[in-house]
Amino acid sequence: MPIDIIVCIKQVPDPEYFDKITLDSATGTIRRTGIPVITNPADRHAVEEALRIREEFGGSVTVLTMGPPQARKSIDEALAMGADRGALLCDQVFAGADTLSTAYILSGGINLIGRYDLILCGNETVDGSTGQVPAQLSEFLGLPHTTHARRIDMIDDRRAVIERVVENGYLRVEMELPAVVAVLKRINTYRLPTVMGIMEASQKEVLELGCSACESLGMNSCDMGLEGSPTRVAEVFESPQRRRVEMLTGEPQEIAKQLVRRLHQLDAL
Amino acid sequence: MKEIVVWAEQKENRLQPVSLELLEKARELSDQINGSVVAVLMGHQCRPQADELIHYGASRVFCVDDPCLSFYQSDLYPKILARILSDISPEIVLIGGTTIGMDLAPRVAAKLRTGLTAHCVNLNIETIDGKDQLIQVVPGWGGNMLVKIICPERRPQMATVRPGVMEMGKPDKNRRGVVIPVAAGVSEKDIKSKTIEFIRDSSEDISIEEADIIVSGGFGLDSAGGFALIEELARAIRGEVAGTRPAFDQGYIPEFRMIGQSGRTVKPRLFISVGASGAIHYTTGFSKSKVIVGIDKNPKAPIFDMADLGIVGDLRKIIPCLIEEFKKEDPQK
Repeated sequence: MPIDIIVCIKQVPDPEYFDKITLDSATGTIRRTGIPVITNPADRHAVEEALRIREEFGGSVTVLTMGPPQARKSIDEALAMGADRGALLCDQVFAGADTLSTAYILSGGINLIGRYDLILCGNETVDGSTGQVPAQLSEFLGLPHTTHARRIDMIDDRRAVIERVVENGYLRVEMELPAVVAVLKRINTYRLPTVMGIMEASQKEVLELGCSACESLGMNSCDMGLEGSPTRVAEVFESPQRRRVEMLTGEPQEIAKQLVRRLHQLDAL
Repeated sequence: MKEIVVWAEQKENRLQPVSLELLEKARELSDQINGSVVAVLMGHQCRPQADELIHYGASRVFCVDDPCLSFYQSDLYPKILARILSDISPEIVLIGGTTIGMDLAPRVAAKLRTGLTAHCVNLNIETIDGKDQLIQVVPGWGGNMLVKIICPERRPQMATVRPGVMEMGKPDKNRRGVVIPVAAGVSEKDIKSKTIEFIRDSSEDISIEEADIIVSGGFGLDSAGGFALIEELARAIRGEVAGTRPAFDQGYIPEFRMIGQSGRTVKPRLFISVGASGAIHYTTGFSKSKVIVGIDKNPKAPIFDMADLGIVGDLRKIIPCLIEEFKKEDPQK
């Protein structure tokens, strides 16, 4: 009862360097040249979960990403972890896609890959952190979805039981497959690529899919990229968060007394 | 009439505070576009909550009461909400950014092929090219920037807002409104993803957004003997413990106590940050607190640009004195 899994991943700017991203106030655009990129952390856990399911049930793991040519590096990383093959959705037409358009394009990639029982995603990315793509993807595919998964138990190739985190506990969800499941980072600890894995990765197949491949499925390029995105960035500005600080000085005991007094004056206790 | 719809989330037939916060925001926006506020409520035996929504400002409540809706169902809820929205064609739809709202909203937006903006920190109306547009302000790049997003052509304009970001209004029992019962119009066979039970898990149990006082620790505590120090401080001041992403990564706090862009947004009466330099993706999670106290050993730490009161010094010396002083205030602790 092999299970074929597609994992959607994304290459993102490294959050460690977010404070190096600056605004060009003349043009209102973001300067992010030289900011290192990584595979979105939650997506690595999604790859790991897929590998674990394959190890138990057999089947295959395909990683899919949409991005510029250099996003290939994130595919290679997943292949080195043990994924069987990759697919890169890459086309100028895709540029500027918001979550709706991204989900639409990814659904094309998934239909081009063709065979799958389960689609895994990270619950959200660290750059946009909207967490919207998995549920939107499932709509375009006409599949059931669950987000915020902290545990996946495969019953067989037709059913899975998911523990889905809510604010004060979790929901147990029974899903018919195929389905889209978005996983939280806590679902597992992911493996690091081995030297052997890295060597094998270079032998693995990576499909390159563009707009015309999607159009061959009857998809419409007007729904892709910036043109197909309902939302627009109207303006970017630097965040005004500063306050005027009053420093408390003296011996620790003295500072503690001052603090309690000031907090009372500010009605904060 | 231009409608602003708020999806009213209930759990075990209790309305979630974020939905009431959004009703107040919707009231404010509806004044600007001369519109009206509509709530959509789904659940089982949830009719009493419909009246409460009217008290908080909804002039109409679409109430979908069905046994198969007692838990959130990721197949049924989006289907029903999308159908109601198609019928009333609202201008704006606001949904609380809870773990459930963040599952529902994108699926509904995709069904309606419209735009959705996540984690808005501000919403207002501006007229652009003669058309009223919802200006949706979100933090970008770890909160370093603010980004205004619009959905110029398609309707409705949809946005999610995290709990605690907007102010809740006061209920008024004299407000009148209409409750419109709506049939679920779905059956078991529509369910391919079925929630079968809710399990309370105390490790997921507190809502840090509701705390009045929060004591939050950063990685600086690692060299000062760990989180025991601020746990004691939190007890002395009757506050909740929270922390930064590095504190979470280090295992000092569970994820639901993590503050910042990728964690929780809080605005307590008092926020005390200890041993955290104050990176912007952390401070964005508490910048709206009423009073902020920053404590760190580095006098140049950016936390002091964010704080009302600042203390520089050795945490191992300062914190015990604070604990002692707070205990004097409240001898029972």
